[in-house]
Amino acid sequence: MSTCICVIVNGKPVEVVAGASVAAAVARAGSRFRRSRSGEARAALCGMGVCFECRVEIDGVPQQQACMLIARAGMQVRTDG
Amino acid sequence: MAERYDVLVIGSGPAGLTAAHAAARHGARVGLVDAQALPGGQVWRHDVRFSAPAFARRCMQATLEHIKIDWLPQTRVVGAEPGRLLVEDPRSARWLKYGALVLATGAREVLLPFPGWTLPGVTGAGGLQALAKQGWPLAGKRVVVAGSGPLLLAAAATARRHGARVLAVFEQADRAAMLRFTRGLWRWPARVMQAAVLRAQLAGVPYHFGSVVTAAQGEDALREIEVSGPRGQRRIACDQLAVGFGLAPNVELACMLGCQLEAEGAQQRVRVDARQHTSVPGVYAAGEVCGIGGRDSALIEGAIAGLAATGARTGIASLQRRRAQARAFARQLRETFAIDQRVRALAQPDTLVCRCEDVTLGALDAHVDARGAKLATRCGMGPCQGRICATALAELGRAAGIAARPPLFPARLETLALAPADGIAASLAT
Repeated sequence: MSTCICVIVNGKPVEVVAGASVAAAVARAGSRFRRSRSGEARAALCGMGVCFECRVEIDGVPQQQACMLIARAGMQVRTDG
Repeated sequence: MAERYDVLVIGSGPAGLTAAHAAARHGARVGLVDAQALPGGQVWRHDVRFSAPAFARRCMQATLEHIKIDWLPQTRVVGAEPGRLLVEDPRSARWLKYGALVLATGAREVLLPFPGWTLPGVTGAGGLQALAKQGWPLAGKRVVVAGSGPLLLAAAATARRHGARVLAVFEQADRAAMLRFTRGLWRWPARVMQAAVLRAQLAGVPYHFGSVVTAAQGEDALREIEVSGPRGQRRIACDQLAVGFGLAPNVELACMLGCQLEAEGAQQRVRVDARQHTSVPGVYAAGEVCGIGGRDSALIEGAIAGLAATGARTGIASLQRRRAQARAFARQLRETFAIDQRVRALAQPDTLVCRCEDVTLGALDAHVDARGAKLATRCGMGPCQGRICATALAELGRAAGIAARPPLFPARLETLALAPADGIAASLAT
């Protein structure tokens, strides 16, 4: 039942199960999500669109919540970690 | 572009689903709005690997396929005016007009600061559950679940189902409180079953009471945690820590609409009457936003609100009786899992409280009120708009105002351009 799709995270191809979130793809790539104002590494916290810790750039659009979006094949994701 | 609905429902968890369905069955044209791509809210969140319980599937299908209901996914409410809401989806923004409004905005997790809580690898308990269901890699990972409340067991079970090695569950409530709670459970046989199923799914996973995670450590990611329990301190190496201290109602939209709120412990909930009507004419609320009560009260209250919003007079009384029973259970939960003073004392002066703006607890000490602290430190002024830190600060007994100024969520400029000059744009300038 579980087909996989390929997403590009920081230039690297990553496979995730169809229907997975962009957050799952970033975690699978082993990437951090963002750097905080003081330079700390941060990753997804609330998983439900509340905390904004999982913000990444998707297909050139910055400040997208990775936990709120379903990954699509060929999506280009960029983190600032 | 404006669309008009007889009944507009915000949130598609159990309360929103039954509200939309009840209103549609009564002849209303209904709009069902949710910020997520799929319905179900948190409790019935779609799992990429496992199908939802049959009852949840039936409930979602019956609502989404109803001819009188428009399903509006990935749509966030940004602003409000009497009779209409400004919403944004990934492509566009527009005003949705309504005759009656049902707020089923649910709850978020109470996440409390402690040393190391900002490290990647530390998530909420419900947070990890949500991430796991969306494909977060857990296979073979060492996971510790901690905090308070029955959600810990559900989160641990989900993590395990997704391949995690759950090392332990640490509950801050002490054994005596848990025993009192389990002795009273016979009044809710369905809950006994639920608890038994969860325990069976967690066979072999130690469940410790009176235990608190006091610190998380690691360089750029979690490596180890410190736990303090009845038998002293210990350190545990792990890959993920899922820690949550119960739930807090999402009252921001209600607050912006002017609905009266009331205290729910340290948090706030929307005040409603027996027909789920708020203090604002035509605005109803149902489920967790009216106080944390769980799925059962949400299902019942949603149905009441959906009927009441269409002006129905019949069919409500029997639901009201069932609601009382469901809500009584929630009161028991609140007493059992009341947060211990030890947990409130975990954050140190150099612990970050506001994760968006990197503001420490110590930086807030010089300020007597939330406004002063905000102006001087930017605490609560980042993209989450205080949803995490103000909730935590309220729990820690510090002044924290509810953020209810438009836009309710960070929005695109083209969305704000739709708002009249004296509304949202003006409030941004002040």
